[in-house]
Amino acid sequence: MWKWLHPYANPEVSYHFTNKLLPWLSALAAIFLSIGLVWALLFAPADYQQGHSFRIFYIHVPAASLSMGIYVSMAIAAFSSLVWQLKLADASAAAMAPVGAAFTAIALITGAAWGKPMWGTWWIWDARLTSELILLFLYLGVIALHNAFEDKNLAGKAAGILTLVGVINIPIIKYSVEWWNTLHQGSTVSKLGKPSMSLDMLWPFIFCFIGFSLLVGVIICLRFRNEILARNSIRPWVRELVQQNTVK
Amino acid sequence: MTLKAQSTQETENLTAMNGNSVIDNTVLENAAPSSQPLSYRRAFMLVLKRDLTIAMRHKDDIVNPLLFFVIVVTLFPLGIGPEAQTLSRIAPGIIWVAALLATLLSLDRLFKSDHLDGSLEQMLLSPHPIFVLVLAKIFAHWLITGLPLILIAPLLAVLLHLDENSYTALLLTLLLGTPVLSLLGAVGVALTVGIKKGGVLLSLLVLPLYIPVLIFATSAIDTAALGLPYSGQLAIIAALFFGSLTLAPFAVGAALKVSTN
Amino acid sequence: MNPLSKKTSTPLISAVNLTCIREERLLFDELSVEIYPGDIVQVEGPNGSGKTSLLRILSGLSQPYDGQILYKNEIISLCREEFHQNLLYFGHLSGVKGEMTAEENLDFNLALHGNKTQESLAYLAKVNLSGFEDSLASHLSAGQHRRIALARLYQSNAPIWILDEPFTAIDKQGVAGLEQLFSAHAQRGGCVILTTHQDLISIKPAQVKKITLDYSYL
Repeated sequence: MWKWLHPYANPEVSYHFTNKLLPWLSALAAIFLSIGLVWALLFAPADYQQGHSFRIFYIHVPAASLSMGIYVSMAIAAFSSLVWQLKLADASAAAMAPVGAAFTAIALITGAAWGKPMWGTWWIWDARLTSELILLFLYLGVIALHNAFEDKNLAGKAAGILTLVGVINIPIIKYSVEWWNTLHQGSTVSKLGKPSMSLDMLWPFIFCFIGFSLLVGVIICLRFRNEILARNSIRPWVRELVQQNTVK
Repeated sequence: MTLKAQSTQETENLTAMNGNSVIDNTVLENAAPSSQPLSYRRAFMLVLKRDLTIAMRHKDDIVNPLLFFVIVVTLFPLGIGPEAQTLSRIAPGIIWVAALLATLLSLDRLFKSDHLDGSLEQMLLSPHPIFVLVLAKIFAHWLITGLPLILIAPLLAVLLHLDENSYTALLLTLLLGTPVLSLLGAVGVALTVGIKKGGVLLSLLVLPLYIPVLIFATSAIDTAALGLPYSGQLAIIAALFFGSLTLAPFAVGAALKVSTN
Repeated sequence: MNPLSKKTSTPLISAVNLTCIREERLLFDELSVEIYPGDIVQVEGPNGSGKTSLLRILSGLSQPYDGQILYKNEIISLCREEFHQNLLYFGHLSGVKGEMTAEENLDFNLALHGNKTQESLAYLAKVNLSGFEDSLASHLSAGQHRRIALARLYQSNAPIWILDEPFTAIDKQGVAGLEQLFSAHAQRGGCVILTTHQDLISIKPAQVKKITLDYSYL
């Protein structure tokens, strides 16, 4: 596996690889997202209890699960950067953090917007909303720490350590918040019952989910490319690239 | 030019010439047996003793976080109202949040001054394992800030009309919980110590990590007030303590290496 | 085994293909150097050329962007304890605590690096600090702080000395004393790597190896 991976440890190779990957990813993301969103928002049947407000589910759930997923992949990248000294892993972790934070924020906002018609209030201290909020804090901490260092290399290492500390803590925080929530459950909150989803609701959801994941992939690739360029700005191949592009 | 003359001499002659700064060659050559075998315990005690000495000669470092703790707690009755019932209901939360903030305030000292005067890099360059030195510093920090908090907390609990059944729980949770605050906080400080304005950033990094301790500690105190067993919550805080005790020193060591880079 | 045993063919410390980038500026690239027992190495270069960065990388405090540091042909991160036992690094900051007395400071520094502390008073006398043993370091001057830190040199049996601007804030006499100490150390089979803005006075230029850092053209 290492032999296969080795050429991608070279920033130039991975830059060009990302370049080639991007159009395909973007096209796929556009196809899946447009099909999924149009289907979900216009044609999927409305929920018999919640009516049309239920449709926010098609954005909320992918955003929420991606927010977790991105953090975990960030932690994996941070781990490989710290253990195997892969500089590109640093760059990819740096590329992921703001995307993850944005999706956490989307999950929170759509959650609140969904909560208004459902619970009659914008915010309740629901276990999932609360841990999502804390996840947002963790993301913001990583980003702020990254920005606080002048040197990109150090920034990546420091943010990586914080990410790993965070990823150990996420299950603990999640568990404690859930436990706290059941303990303090005063007013009756009608949680989403989870009846098995009918197929004509499930299919658009799958499309939306894949579409959003691809979108995340596209954004991360774009940012990853920039990170590579920024970190290698003194390398000759980057200078050549810049010259080629300015001559045009 | 005396300089030219000197540069051709052998070292021994130079020694004789510069009478004022004589180098004792015999000492230098016998220097080999001057090293001591390394021992974790000795290294730990060395750093602990040093940090405690410094703290005792710089007492406002001990007193200020404590005063902060007391003042924050007294602000709550002023903001909420003096009704004993309300106060006793929220007393555990107030005391714990205040303890959390007081710890946060005191964290800066853990590595900041050592970083500024260069003793931190000397510690990183010592042959002793970093985690032993770090553990000693964190323990010293807890003795200086955590322990006084525990001692003064019952007094504040009286001011807040804490339920009588809860005092033991309050002390036990503080006893197990404040070391966790010091340990997790140390990771945050180690990450921000090289940054010029790391103070606000530190709270952003550290406070989310404090949430589990806060939840279980206050819940233990609440449960105790109802006269129910709270050993479950205590066990979880103990687990957090041992978990952070084993993992935090390594994270701190790695973070310090980054920060002094 | 005496760590100071004379002239061996393995380099005490060597740098292999070091690249250092600070704030997106290339300080040096593909720098390789081998330092043998008995060497006195002076790192030269204009301000901001990376002298301090090089010394910090050699001591293992900073990680290079690329490249390795070897101690007796072994990567230093794999023999951290042994390397640090044989290393004395002295940076811009003296590492002296204002809240402790001169003697306490020296004792701590010695013990931290695994040295005995019995004779610390004698070492303080050697750096002209007799009479100040029990003064709090906060009452002493910057030069005296550096003397407290430098007193460790008299005790150290670590063969590798990495000294960043050791002469800063030290008076002429002190400088002469230090230079003697360096040549004696080199004769005993140690090595000294230092940066300084003034030329060494009593050490023959022929004895001094120079590393010149000037990559400003890059």
